[in-house]
Amino acid sequence: MLELKHLRWSLPDGAEIIRDVSVDIPDQKLVVVTGPNGGGKTTLARLIAGVQTPDSGQILLDGEDITGLDVTQRANKGIAYGFQQPVRFKGLTVRDLLELAAGEKLDEPTVCELLGKVGLCAQEYMDRQMDAALSGGESKRVEIATVLARRAKLSVFDEPEAGIDLWSFSKLVETFQELHRSQNGTLLIISHQERILSIADEIIVIADGTVRASGPRAEILPVLLQGEWAARCPWGKETVCDE
Amino acid sequence: MNKITEQLLRAVSGLSGVFRGAYNIREDGRCAGRQSTEHIHIESKTDQPGLVIHIQPGTMGETVYIPACVTSGGIDDLVYNDFYIGAGADVVIVAGCGVHTENGEQARHNGIHRFFLEQGAHVLYQEKHIGTGSGAGARVIDPVTEATLESDARLEMDTIQISGVDHTFRKTSAVLKDRARLVIRERIMTDGQETARTSFEVRLNGIDSGVDLVSRSVARGHSHQAYYSRIIGENRCTGHSECDAILAEQGTVEASPTLLAAHADASLIHEAAIGKIAGEQILKLRTLGLTEQQAEQKIIEGFLK
Repeated sequence: MLELKHLRWSLPDGAEIIRDVSVDIPDQKLVVVTGPNGGGKTTLARLIAGVQTPDSGQILLDGEDITGLDVTQRANKGIAYGFQQPVRFKGLTVRDLLELAAGEKLDEPTVCELLGKVGLCAQEYMDRQMDAALSGGESKRVEIATVLARRAKLSVFDEPEAGIDLWSFSKLVETFQELHRSQNGTLLIISHQERILSIADEIIVIADGTVRASGPRAEILPVLLQGEWAARCPWGKETVCDE
Repeated sequence: MNKITEQLLRAVSGLSGVFRGAYNIREDGRCAGRQSTEHIHIESKTDQPGLVIHIQPGTMGETVYIPACVTSGGIDDLVYNDFYIGAGADVVIVAGCGVHTENGEQARHNGIHRFFLEQGAHVLYQEKHIGTGSGAGARVIDPVTEATLESDARLEMDTIQISGVDHTFRKTSAVLKDRARLVIRERIMTDGQETARTSFEVRLNGIDSGVDLVSRSVARGHSHQAYYSRIIGENRCTGHSECDAILAEQGTVEASPTLLAAHADASLIHEAAIGKIAGEQILKLRTLGLTEQQAEQKIIEGFLK
């Protein structure tokens, strides 16, 4: 289980982005974090992955305090993180990146399987460089595949749907469902998409840097779908919906 | 061959055992082994040090090795090699160079290679450079490449300077006739106080001729690299040059590309990017479990691959 206890994080100018967030992410669940843009979701994901360090508070993984561990150490503890904006590399191929993620050489069927899960044809992409020759959507799908290759205890995806076409998105939703069924790990997905929210076991709503609601999908999703989400935040202050 | 030559040959030519096919091994300015084949003839020049290599028209799938090694300081090796590639031939030329010094004196190899590709010939030219040994003596390699490509010929140059070369000045020039194509992939790594200069001049003389030149470099320590390119479009043609450099520690790089379109239908492009490894790249690889140092190493290895 991942436990976040009273996490706080501010920008250098003092603006508080995460305000006293406490939440538990149970094992083997598919948990979706949602909420308005600028509400702190990505920052929360980065704090979990160790990309950023909280100003205060604690992060516990299976009871172990990992707050002081850096991003490498957390990765080696079993936390995988998929960036919202995929990173490009000149020279490294798709296969190179997947092998680095897996921590071993991968045979061709395994590479095919990983890329197939994100809707990419392995033969076409395996040896392509991870540079600007790949479109944004293609890079994003490879980014997701690197997280899948980790087979991590906790996989964190930051808006995996961003930049992905409708067909690939459908495939991605199926992949998350399959992962959830077949793997022992926990999936933590940051998303605005109803289709991803609808496969969640639990939903956490973050707005204005705080947890506005959390609980089983059946309890949270109907409120989210009341239809007024874009106009005002149903969880409290109207100002939190400002971008 | 002495042991240092054997080590250098392994590094620059991938030699394990003996070369198959045509080869000439140059060790400290002398021939240490040579073999011609039915289709590839290697002869010594009579007027100056060096070789004349004749590849018969239509030769297909053969490889010729011409590595050169300098194994001790105080040697300044200068060689002139001419390659005549017959029409329609399709061959690989492997031309690595290693310089080694431990006695405090400079070791230098200067190979001046001229390529004459006849109509429709295709050559893949592979070249690795390395410097080894300790001591204050400089390891210097100054290659000069001149190529003439007749119509429909294609020359692919894949060159890499691995490590340990204190100073290098690479000069490459080419003239391309109708529909001829030149592809260059150059990678240079420098560290410490090393310096590297690389200079290209490509004249796109023929209609629909083209050049694609990509130079990637990594400058570490206090090393310095300079890139100069000049592509001259004298006909309907396409030219692309790209200079990408990664800076690490206090390394510095300058890039000075020139495009000269001397014809209304010349299409010439240059791209250049110089900078440190992006923080997000390091971060991404760290999320995969690599340390910062391992991530940097992987990024550089990939960049220079």
